[in-house]
Amino acid sequence: MSISFAMAGGRQEATRDVTFSVSPGERIGVVGESGCGKTITGLSLLRLLPEDVAHISGRLDFMGVDLATCGQEELRGIRGRRIGMIFQEPMSALDPVFTVGEQIAEGLRAHGNMSRAEARDRALEALRSVGIAAPEKRYHAYPHQLSGGMRQRVMIAGAMVCNPQLLIADEPTTALDVTVQAQILELLRDLSDRGNMALLFITHDLGVVAETCTRMLTMYAGEIVEDADVDAALEHPLHPYTSGLLRALPRLSARRSALPSIPGRVPVLGQMPAGCRFRQRCPFAVDGCERPQALLDAGNGRRVRCWRFGDLALPGVAA
Amino acid sequence: MAQGSAIIVIGRRLLQAAPVIVLATFIVFGLLKLLPGDVAVTLAGDNATDERIEEIRRIYGLDRPFLVQYGAWLWKAAHGDLSQSILSGEQVLTSIARCFPHTLLIVAMALTLALIVGIPLGAAAAARPNGLVDRAAMMLASIGIAVPNFWLAMILVSLFALRWNIFPATGATAFSVSPADAINHAILPALALAAGGMAEVARQTRGSLLDVMSSQFVRTLRAKGLKTSTILWRHGLKNVAVNLLTVTGLLFNRLLAATVVVEAVFAIPGMGGLIVHAAIQRDFTVVQGVVFAMVVVVILVNLLTDVLCATVDPRIGR
Repeated sequence: MSISFAMAGGRQEATRDVTFSVSPGERIGVVGESGCGKTITGLSLLRLLPEDVAHISGRLDFMGVDLATCGQEELRGIRGRRIGMIFQEPMSALDPVFTVGEQIAEGLRAHGNMSRAEARDRALEALRSVGIAAPEKRYHAYPHQLSGGMRQRVMIAGAMVCNPQLLIADEPTTALDVTVQAQILELLRDLSDRGNMALLFITHDLGVVAETCTRMLTMYAGEIVEDADVDAALEHPLHPYTSGLLRALPRLSARRSALPSIPGRVPVLGQMPAGCRFRQRCPFAVDGCERPQALLDAGNGRRVRCWRFGDLALPGVAA
Repeated sequence: MAQGSAIIVIGRRLLQAAPVIVLATFIVFGLLKLLPGDVAVTLAGDNATDERIEEIRRIYGLDRPFLVQYGAWLWKAAHGDLSQSILSGEQVLTSIARCFPHTLLIVAMALTLALIVGIPLGAAAAARPNGLVDRAAMMLASIGIAVPNFWLAMILVSLFALRWNIFPATGATAFSVSPADAINHAILPALALAAGGMAEVARQTRGSLLDVMSSQFVRTLRAKGLKTSTILWRHGLKNVAVNLLTVTGLLFNRLLAATVVVEAVFAIPGMGGLIVHAAIQRDFTVVQGVVFAMVVVVILVNLLTDVLCATVDPRIGR
């Protein structure tokens, strides 16, 4: 699947050949720097990008339905009911003039006939299942009356109320305190385990991925550069960019030593280098890296977009 | 507790209204005194001697200093007595009670028209920005704002009253006498008055709705699988309700002022006619009384608007 945007001066490709699959119960972390295309990848799965400018080419196969081409009504039936989504800023992601209970209940009522009373009961149940105390009271609260963590729980309840098979979470904990963050992560992990629900976790926080996910997709400049089990990716990254990200993580044990960073910056749209897009920032770049890079099979279900992966022994997270 | 604090807020607002009333009536009083001529000349009739005019001035206290005259009027007004018309001797309160219903009927009808036409029009325009409906609606709105209401009033009269004879051209019937007849008389004036209002409501609805529809929570609602129409009409409109209420309040006040001209075209014995006549003849007690009444109405409407806003938007007040 690729996404391009109609912009002044022609079509710009924002992501290229983002191919991956998600199995039930799997928790995939999508990581990468800002602007690498992870958020629009998430949005495109539900066709939430503005359709007049964003063009999706390729297939988005969801249990036999191609989300990229299916009709609006079919898409609407999948949104919320079979694929849920939560966002970064729970305050602006909730309608300020409706009570949180109403907002959860209406998601239910959008899919199939359901009486108000029944929807209300299910919404209360959903609030309880995300660990909100006194749901009867919170049901009638407006978003501004709740704390950030509570709002994100409400968002999750709203996304989970129809028991979707896939939940897309776009930086759901970035705007929260660290302690609240841990609670929300645990909640998401629990919910995924309980309902065998797949989770697509979009974040720039590798710590969050390590804690929550089973698999990790690393994206760089609109492409997937590495796809591996979290443990494998963290300990033995195969792509120099993944390795660079891991080494740039601050650690409490290494105070006062200079934090390694990746030099340079992400190439901008329209000025993508030929071949490996990370080449200009890569310490291992050699002649040959300017050739087009395919996502290579690295064994054990791993894939990496670097032709030198066999030659490099890259450092991961220091044990 | 919530209710108690609401009453306190309303009470405070009413107290704040007192200086506004004093200031408004004082300014109008001053303007009247700055104008050449006074009511004594009119009262004395043609060919009256200067002595006679002086005498009349004395009788009505018009020879007293400006501030004393104003103070005397204010003192009585504060006690609920708006004095009498100097010319006709009628209690000003009685004149207002007779004229205000006519004006209120036209304004209320114009406001209703503006809302029931403007809101759907604006929402339809916002549903597809830059679409055909949007362009047509916004062009209509530009025309509605640009057309002067007295001109529209005359066109309406010449078409609907004179050529097709559907509605009466002039005059008014009291609502209490015959509601049907009163409404029939008020339709053309209300239409003439409403054109600008419809246009403004449509534009405001469109603008605020587009703002709301581009906000983050709309994406959440779409991700939940809600119909686009549900998002627009249920969430969109409730979110713009506060804006619309504010616009409605302001519009009411402006329509109230605009009736002066429209009432003149349709020869309606409303507040507009009352104040214009009184001002021409320097019948200052009537002018003061009408200004006083209008200021009170405007203040009450603003207060009502604020109270309604607080009930619609959970983030305001409480």
